[in-house]
Amino acid sequence: MINVLEKYSNAVGPSGNEWEIRDIIKEEIADYVDSIETDFMGNLYAYKSCGVKGAKKVLLIAHMDEVALMIDSVTSSGLLQFQTAGSIDPRVLVSKRVVVGKNKIPGVIGAKPIHLQGRGEWKSPIPVNNLYIDVGAKKDSEVQELVGEYAVFDTKFKYQEDVVFGKAFDDRAGCAVVTHILRGCDDEEPYPVDIVAVFSVQEEVGLRGASIVAERVKPDYTIAFEGTTAGDVPTTKDNSPSTEFRKGPAITVMDRTTIGFRELKEAFEKIAEKNNIPYQYKRTVTGGTDIGVIHTKGGIPSLVISVPVRYIHSPVGIVAVDDFKNTVLLSKLVLKNFKEVL
Amino acid sequence: MKTEVLLQALTEAPGISGDEREVAKIVRNYFVEYADDAYIDKFNNVIAVKKGEKSSGKIMLAAHIDQIGLMVNTIDENGFIGFVPIGGHDARVLIEQEVIIFGKKKLHGVIGAKPPHLQKPGEQNKVPPISELFIDTGLPAEYVKENVRPGDSIVFDSHCVELKNGRYSAAAMDDRSCIVVLIETLKYLKLFKHNWDVYAVATVQEEVGTRGASIVSYELKPDIGIAVDVTFGDFPGLSDRETVKLGEGGGIGFGANCHFGLSNELKKLAEEWNMPIQSEYMARPGGTDAYTIQVAYKGIPALQFSLPLRYMHTTVETIDMKDIKFMARELALFISKLDNYFKEVTP
Repeated sequence: MINVLEKYSNAVGPSGNEWEIRDIIKEEIADYVDSIETDFMGNLYAYKSCGVKGAKKVLLIAHMDEVALMIDSVTSSGLLQFQTAGSIDPRVLVSKRVVVGKNKIPGVIGAKPIHLQGRGEWKSPIPVNNLYIDVGAKKDSEVQELVGEYAVFDTKFKYQEDVVFGKAFDDRAGCAVVTHILRGCDDEEPYPVDIVAVFSVQEEVGLRGASIVAERVKPDYTIAFEGTTAGDVPTTKDNSPSTEFRKGPAITVMDRTTIGFRELKEAFEKIAEKNNIPYQYKRTVTGGTDIGVIHTKGGIPSLVISVPVRYIHSPVGIVAVDDFKNTVLLSKLVLKNFKEVL
Repeated sequence: MKTEVLLQALTEAPGISGDEREVAKIVRNYFVEYADDAYIDKFNNVIAVKKGEKSSGKIMLAAHIDQIGLMVNTIDENGFIGFVPIGGHDARVLIEQEVIIFGKKKLHGVIGAKPPHLQKPGEQNKVPPISELFIDTGLPAEYVKENVRPGDSIVFDSHCVELKNGRYSAAAMDDRSCIVVLIETLKYLKLFKHNWDVYAVATVQEEVGTRGASIVSYELKPDIGIAVDVTFGDFPGLSDRETVKLGEGGGIGFGANCHFGLSNELKKLAEEWNMPIQSEYMARPGGTDAYTIQVAYKGIPALQFSLPLRYMHTTVETIDMKDIKFMARELALFISKLDNYFKEVTP
């Protein structure tokens, strides 16, 4: 079950440049849905009807894009300079491997050696403007063509006991959950609803892709699937822990962009308790999701369900496998029992 | 073996200062292929011997085998691992690095960073001190405590990648890339007639104070000692005066730490043969094995010959393969001519 998450995590898909991850998702869901289409922004839509007239339409949404770097110029000595696409703390960029552009050219982000630093220099973070990607070029003409391309972290997915390491779990974890829900369409017990799954673009640069989805789908309900901050680590002790590892899927009561629709929230709670599936609440009110630009478009009852992820928006995150599996399990059960709970 | 494969194998082998056993075995296996003999001493220095035709003198080439790393010092109630640095680290480099902890089991971990969503305003303007950083294995506390103990070694999970123009990037290029220089020199020496005995040595504990070099200098008592180490490559924010250029040959040291006659001869030789070489001027002794070799035993004429490297003491140290080849050829040529030079240059 984890192999879908592995494929998605390893794939490249910067905000505004999601073609590779989109092609991979298409391949993974094609056999399980009635039809697939893409809009002009690059959002991917998959439709699966239950065949019952008057069935409710449920939109499942997860964003495909990941935070990345965009090359905007090159130095005369052949180093690449970049902007961040999405929210990246510049401090995580130092001393990292990246891949640049369609041909995945390997590069590294280096730093001045500690031996040559001025007094106290190590106390100040290095601003993005003083960071460079080095692909081994010696002069600008060798790399001029890379201007406008994106770079993403060169991180390989890894298993260790009951956790996995990788990049872009925000929101490839959500994409993988939706993929497994779609694969459940052909189970013996069908979902009594029409499903529209949307893999959206440009979430990390301001929920751009999802902004056009509500009008195109006109769903009765929306559920967004996210990889959200797990804050049960030492540096976040001063905050509430947001979500915690091994405590199951996280239900968002409220974040910066939305308040979870009560009846939907209660449906997840009820099914979880009935089936003994662990769940938790996201206990911070920060962060926004695609739901923010969907639920007010005509009033669509919506909820966010998240897989807890440690160290999102950085080169390496961690997911507890049970949290991922329980998110899939609970979501499938809610959809299968949709008529009873809503 | 292809040089690229060698470079990858050596930069990906673990061996922080004081814990060089594993990498020493690997280096010994490569050394024996190209030398008459190679052995590991009790401190894990690896010593390869290649006899000269007349054994008219002894030259030692020293490149250090250890890499900077970390050591476990605490494991908290939730299984997060605190650490102390071994060797010189910039805390800014450590954030979000993947590491391997050599506990009872090898565990993978990442030095975690707080996501922007949970930060307070202005937090990105501060660098957390190393004492506030921690390694997350993702695993339950009991499991971590069973397998990890304070004192265990921690190594960066290094991957050697090939960049454009024959440049390579990895952690531990400092100084494994120079062990490759030593091996390449031994390869060339099969083609060159040389009278002197050659000792190619991989020294331990350089990063904590060039200690292995002292031990082997007393063991071998060579007539000349050359420290083959890395030096600072050009990069924005650094001046030409303090750096050398990648791909333009090794940097030969001039200054108090280096025997002036020998430095001059090596430079002249490279120029005669049209091989690229750069000069580094160091009024004060540097921090490499040459520092220790020069004043070891009764004093040993020392030389520092350095491979240009960008981003020293990060996990993406970058070198140019051409420089490795240039340096090895120059060293082999230099060694083959030692009988001529040595009489003239010794004061």
